[in-house]
Amino acid sequence: MLHSKTFNKKTRGGRIQKLVREVYLRDDIYCGALFCKSCEDKSKARLTATASTILILDTNVVLNQIDLLENPAVEDVVLLSVVLQEVKNKNSAVYGRIRNLIDSPARRFVVFSNEFHRDTYVQTMAGESPNDRNDRAIRVAARWYQSHLGEAVKVLLITNDRENKRKATEEGVSAETIESYVKSLGQPALLDLLVQPASEDVIMEEVEDMRPSKRKVVYPEHKPMSEITSGLTKGIYHQGKLRVNRYNPFEAYVGSESIGDEIVIYGRGNMNRAFDGDVVAVELLPQDQWHEEKSLSIVDEEDEEEDVHLVPGSSDDAPRTSIPVSSSTFDTNPVSSRPSGRVVGIIKRNWHSYCGSLEPMPMPAGSGGLAYALFVSKDRRIPKIRIQTRQLDNLLDKRIIVAVDSWDRQSRHPSGHYVRSIGQIGDRDTETELVLIENDIDARPFSAQVLACLPPLPWSVSSKDLNESNRVDLRHLCVFSVDPPGCKDIDDALHCTMLPTGNFEVGVHIADVTNFVHPGTPLDDEATQRGTSVYLVERRIDMLPKPLTEDICSLRADVERLAFSVIWEMTPEAEIISTKYTKSVIKSRAALSYVEAQARMDDSRLVDPVTKDLRNMNALAKIMRQRRIQRGALTLASAEVKFQIDTETHDPLDIGMYQIREANQMVEEFMLAANVSVAEKILKEFPECSLLRRHPTPTKEMLGPLLRTAAAVGLNLDVTSSKALADSLDCAVGDDPYFNKLIRIMATRCMTQAVYFCSGELSPPEFLHYGLAAPLYTHFTSPIRRYADVIVHRLLAASIGIYKLPTIFRDRPQLTSIADNLNYRHRNAQMASRGSVELHTLIYFRNRPTDTEARIVKMRSNGFIVFVPKFGIEGPVYLTMRGDKGGGEWFVDEQQQKIRKMDGSVSYSILQAVKIHLEVLEPKPNRPKLQLTLL
Amino acid sequence: MEFVNPEGLRLDGRRPMEMRQLRAQIGAVAKADGSAVFEMGNTKVIAAVYGPREVQNRSQQINDQALVRCEYSMANFSTGDRRRKPKGDRRSTEISLVIRQTMEECILTNLMPRSQIDIYVQVLQADGGTRSACINAATLALADAGIPMRDLVTSCSAGFLNSTPLLDLNYVEDSAGGPDVTVGILPKVDKVTLLQMDAKLPIDTFENVMQLAVEGCKAIANYIREVLLENTKQLEYRRGL
Ligand SMILES: [Zn+2]
Repeated sequence: MLHSKTFNKKTRGGRIQKLVREVYLRDDIYCGALFCKSCEDKSKARLTATASTILILDTNVVLNQIDLLENPAVEDVVLLSVVLQEVKNKNSAVYGRIRNLIDSPARRFVVFSNEFHRDTYVQTMAGESPNDRNDRAIRVAARWYQSHLGEAVKVLLITNDRENKRKATEEGVSAETIESYVKSLGQPALLDLLVQPASEDVIMEEVEDMRPSKRKVVYPEHKPMSEITSGLTKGIYHQGKLRVNRYNPFEAYVGSESIGDEIVIYGRGNMNRAFDGDVVAVELLPQDQWHEEKSLSIVDEEDEEEDVHLVPGSSDDAPRTSIPVSSSTFDTNPVSSRPSGRVVGIIKRNWHSYCGSLEPMPMPAGSGGLAYALFVSKDRRIPKIRIQTRQLDNLLDKRIIVAVDSWDRQSRHPSGHYVRSIGQIGDRDTETELVLIENDIDARPFSAQVLACLPPLPWSVSSKDLNESNRVDLRHLCVFSVDPPGCKDIDDALHCTMLPTGNFEVGVHIADVTNFVHPGTPLDDEATQRGTSVYLVERRIDMLPKPLTEDICSLRADVERLAFSVIWEMTPEAEIISTKYTKSVIKSRAALSYVEAQARMDDSRLVDPVTKDLRNMNALAKIMRQRRIQRGALTLASAEVKFQIDTETHDPLDIGMYQIREANQMVEEFMLAANVSVAEKILKEFPECSLLRRHPTPTKEMLGPLLRTAAAVGLNLDVTSSKALADSLDCAVGDDPYFNKLIRIMATRCMTQAVYFCSGELSPPEFLHYGLAAPLYTHFTSPIRRYADVIVHRLLAASIGIYKLPTIFRDRPQLTSIADNLNYRHRNAQMASRGSVELHTLIYFRNRPTDTEARIVKMRSNGFIVFVPKFGIEGPVYLTMRGDKGGGEWFVDEQQQKIRKMDGSVSYSILQAVKIHLEVLEPKPNRPKLQLTLL
Repeated sequence: MEFVNPEGLRLDGRRPMEMRQLRAQIGAVAKADGSAVFEMGNTKVIAAVYGPREVQNRSQQINDQALVRCEYSMANFSTGDRRRKPKGDRRSTEISLVIRQTMEECILTNLMPRSQIDIYVQVLQADGGTRSACINAATLALADAGIPMRDLVTSCSAGFLNSTPLLDLNYVEDSAGGPDVTVGILPKVDKVTLLQMDAKLPIDTFENVMQLAVEGCKAIANYIREVLLENTKQLEYRRGL
């Protein structure tokens, strides 16, 4: 029999359309207390026998005080299903965090499904609002707990809702506000974690400028939701996600579908308390105000100059180019064509917690340790946040995490609360952790469940592996790998044999990760979440546990390893005659570094098999590369730098451009070819659910800055297709030997990044990878460090019929959400790498003021932005004193991209080489900064 | 959408392997030779059986067995949204056919040559699983009409949502667009007479889902047997036996 319980059945009605839903009320829902005598099932019980108080939280307490709940000082908490449901509907991030607490074996949080329990189910009464009904349900559940557990324990309802608290007390349920509960715990530091109530109902005395007489309205009111909705339907308002310019926080953009264009929002006043990522309603400004520039609308005089940063690798990290700033007296065309607007309401907040530090300030006297401080986020897009703390002296030199609580019209800054501190400012470990947190990277050690999925160690290829019918023994082949020096996670290896016919058999062998990572296991789930390994300057955060990453999967030299191979037969002209895909066993003959491989190829005395194969491969690769370029693949340049790190102190010893050798290009060429072959194969077999990678064609607008620069130096770029662009980039040669590379770097930063997607979501023309000029592309060659490749391995295995396709591939929404997560993780990993490089650049220059050559890449009204090729960084150089914004002394020539002194004595033009001085200064305590000055 | 929460409860409070509440009433249409109302949760179906009787249209008469006809319809008020559905639309025709074939499989038609059996089923209230409810109601009505049957045929559906096999989907779960397997069995001989699925499922998952539906059918068969037994007892009392 499937169920033997008797259920009471009740129905609940809807509004306009009468919906009848059944609710099965149960008697098998348990209270979760280990000491309970009446509940038999203790499998989910967590509330300890020693607990003297059991907390029942209302929805708003969970929504607002999640930082406090995450602190181990709060335990023995019951979460009612009615509360969880409301939290889930209102804020999925908080819901995720509370679920983590419930799942954590270290914490004592239990769920009570009050909505399905026979004794706690509550029916809506006539005239009762859903809110009131839910509050009543919470009180009923609290009362049930008290009577169920008896007088030995105190059941305490935590609610900040005055009405709910009053009713609870009336009904005989103990209730307290979160503030008074935390106070009763006797740990003052916990009070810092409390969310500050919005200022309308501030209970604690306020100091500073919060005195009522001093309070004035800073921001316009947000329109009520009903007005926004009707405004949106009438087309007066436009809805979109606010994106703040990473390099100029006073400028933001709202991509609006209703007007099909981006609306620019200048200044904090027009942004009207919206944060980056918020979904907002925007009203367009009258067209004659469209020229408004950033300087006009800055609410506070924050010192907002650009920092020195790494050269962007794509348009996603590049500063947004707004209308170029020009000195207004000479402005002939003051009205911009780009619509600008102001925020009238916030539809969905994107508030979360931010990393940064407190603004230096003196200790306030006589405030009983309580102080207000301004928090400055590392993320420049976030405004300063006002927090209240009782441990100011302790926090001033720390990196801390702060969460935002509210932002009312009277305060210039949003208010928030302290969450936790990370460590000393400037300390490398602290700053590295900051980079990780900022980019949402999970660097925790792998859990025991994940590690339990590993094969027993030491692992070696067994006879079972060899006898597997789908696995081909390729140990006799002369396979080798070529990677960066010191590479431990070797994903790929190659072989190249000359056939009697004169053709070549070329194989790309990829670590057989899916032989060890099975779908649905904790190991697989963890890897899905992490999405990619993260490479920092001095550290690597693995996607898979170390034994897999560095040993079992890694295709190291002289050991037998399992691989997934793509094997082509190629003519000497590198035409592919046939392609074979198979699981295999290989034994690598050599694990070479790029330098070693290059040296072997170049040393004509060497005639050993590996070297001969290398030369053959290189010859093939060159032809393939040439053909690819002819098809229109772009050879873009990046300004990657490489650090030499002291093994003892982990401090950077040297820094320099990453040198790309022929050997790199050779390996890259075969990896590209393997990825393309695999993409074709899986798409043919699974047109609906293949994971591919596409690179969108850049729009004319995105290429604007490139074209403007090119025009200024008299270069005519054809951007009609990737082929045309590639050709005109090839023609871009001047007297300056570095010119071509510079133009390529500038082209690179105009493009967006390639992204993963599920083939069923788009139509074939959209599959295009613009940069590679490939109609189809995917990632197959790095399964140790990228999860996308793991998915593709499974698809390939299924397409050659050796494994079944896991069920997840049938679930397209889920597959799409996996692809989205991979894009997110991928991007974050890149941002983290950049952050780590920036950090090490700062550490490197701390004691090494340097003079070097730089190139001007962008004009500003009071200076220009330079690119320092040697160190891969760019930053502002000021021609005038700070604070003096142009001052009329300098004049920017838009057309020519030149900045000229008014008296005509000096001028600088774009791409011009200048000598600069690099030095780390500390204008404010704890704020070291890399400064560039003109020599 | 979350159809099974982390506590293992479905939207209506059931666990994944639990069926909705069953209710049955025999003899709802006095004029018919046999009739029954069958409820699975909020899905409510009435079935009426006429026959065996003379074949109305002589050309359809079969010499060695009975002619089974079935007419399925949905009451206009059954879904709540006052939509008038034309009779004989494609869905109704298909379901009529499915019910007819399933019932024909269990009726001992060879015992009643040259006769006709009419089965009318109407959905009074729809909340998912109407197909199964129709078959169960028809079985009861046939039994009530005293028509000789090989076995009671019972039906139940199961689906697969949030990677969990779910028994007896209600309307909300059914509308999620996941796979939905409807199974009909002859419980005594343990034979599957109906199997319908309108989605793709990997074979091993499919086996689990189908097994669950079969278990559901068996549970319904037990329930129907109890109902029939109870009904027979009632009849005995009334006859004063
Ligand atoms: Zn209990």
